[in-house]
Amino acid sequence: MSLLSFFDRSNTIAKPGFSRWMVPPAALCVHLCIGQAYAYSVFNLPMTKLIGITQSAPGDWKLTELGWIFSIAIFFLGVSSAVFGRWVEEGGPRRAMFTAALCWAGGFFISAVGVYAHTLWLIYLGYGVLGGIALGIGYISPVSTLIKWFPDRPGMATGMAIMGFGGGAFIASPLSVWLMGKFTTATHIGVAETFIVLGIVYFFFMIVGSIIVRVPAPGWKPEGYVAPAQAQKLITKNDVFVYDALKTPQFWLIWWVLCLNVTAGIGVLGQASAMSQEMFPGHITPIAAAGFVGLMSLFNMGGRFFWASTSDYIGRRNTYFVFMVLGFVLYCLVPYTGSVGSVAGFVCAFLIIISMYGGGFSTVPAYLKDMYGTRYVGAIHGLLLTAWSMAGIFGPVIVNYLREYNITHGVPKAQAYNNTMYIMAGLLVIGFICNYLVKAVDARYHMKPNDPRAHDALGNPAAARA
Amino acid sequence: MATANQEGTTTVQLVLAWGFVGIPLVLGVLQTLINAMKLFQ
Repeated sequence: MSLLSFFDRSNTIAKPGFSRWMVPPAALCVHLCIGQAYAYSVFNLPMTKLIGITQSAPGDWKLTELGWIFSIAIFFLGVSSAVFGRWVEEGGPRRAMFTAALCWAGGFFISAVGVYAHTLWLIYLGYGVLGGIALGIGYISPVSTLIKWFPDRPGMATGMAIMGFGGGAFIASPLSVWLMGKFTTATHIGVAETFIVLGIVYFFFMIVGSIIVRVPAPGWKPEGYVAPAQAQKLITKNDVFVYDALKTPQFWLIWWVLCLNVTAGIGVLGQASAMSQEMFPGHITPIAAAGFVGLMSLFNMGGRFFWASTSDYIGRRNTYFVFMVLGFVLYCLVPYTGSVGSVAGFVCAFLIIISMYGGGFSTVPAYLKDMYGTRYVGAIHGLLLTAWSMAGIFGPVIVNYLREYNITHGVPKAQAYNNTMYIMAGLLVIGFICNYLVKAVDARYHMKPNDPRAHDALGNPAAARA
Repeated sequence: MATANQEGTTTVQLVLAWGFVGIPLVLGVLQTLINAMKLFQ
């Protein structure tokens, strides 16, 4: 077996006796690494002092310039997951994970050169473009594999992997700070060295994941698992071709459901620290606010596993109904907690909201599987992630601009977020309606046996695949 | 013994795989939890 064929889908088919419980750690190897993106901000301040060392000097990069690195990465996440989704699906998870590892590590190495040479466009290219492509490919690479291994618990399985994306920052943040401390001297800030070490560590981790991962043999089922005999209204047994999914109203309805749910969450996630301090002046200090942000991150991660697992029992559509209804109530309650000075109420409301923000990400792959079958679910999921990119623009814009508007029109800072909360609640009402309109996909979109459009990564008809 | 057509996963392999991802994740979560406790101080 040549090195290249090692990455072929046909060489990842599990032999009898392989435990499916090896696959979630393989997926986590990738998601924990690419989840570093959420911790990228730890580099921002040090990178504004690369010349001045103790403080920014003329020629040092500005925060506004550095902010583009993360934005470019998230943009390319959406683009690459949409563009490469079919290639990921047909080429198999090992090839996709390996490619993501190369891009992710390569992005760090190019960025390290950019820091050494103090050339910002190299960092845009490295972490932004190449890292963003790794984010997109890596994020969707294990999704359909996990769903095929866990037909009895698809929500739990994808929830575990996507939880890893939320948890990656918990590892990356302290590790990056520790590494920068080790490499920083009186005359030098150790960002480049940290990038190189992170690139090596992440490459190793992701390669381990790509070696461990397996796809189930055709027709494999978990021991004792019996597929429901009676067809369920919102769970199809058929597959829909990736680009046919775009022609169905269900895709766009779920796109909006995800976009609105993420918009509502992402807006407050980025502003949680400032919002808590401004709504409770004197009660929540900057240190306490930092603790609050940490707690929100934990609920963001935990919610990904909890809600996706819950969806296996109550159904995907019902889970999103819970997000929309409970979210609506909680967003409407937030201004009240501010007016009565209830810090506990405020904190509880946001922790639940943020758990549902994470849950929205982790439940959607299983929702798509219910609608479109398992064959192209990873690729369809890739297309759907464009909703995330859109929400990444909508959410912060709504929160920031409304706050500015309110303050310039004389609204006290403590009440400046009230309108925003009601708007977020309104978005969830629209999301509720979109979710309500989701029905089973029309049978005319179902793939026929030996559909000529289905090919593997080498261009061979899928039917000929091992 | 596993043959070429079999790939029996051992408990040790499972523990190693889960430990490989679980230990760093738990350490990171604990560190974050310690920081988060500052909210209640």
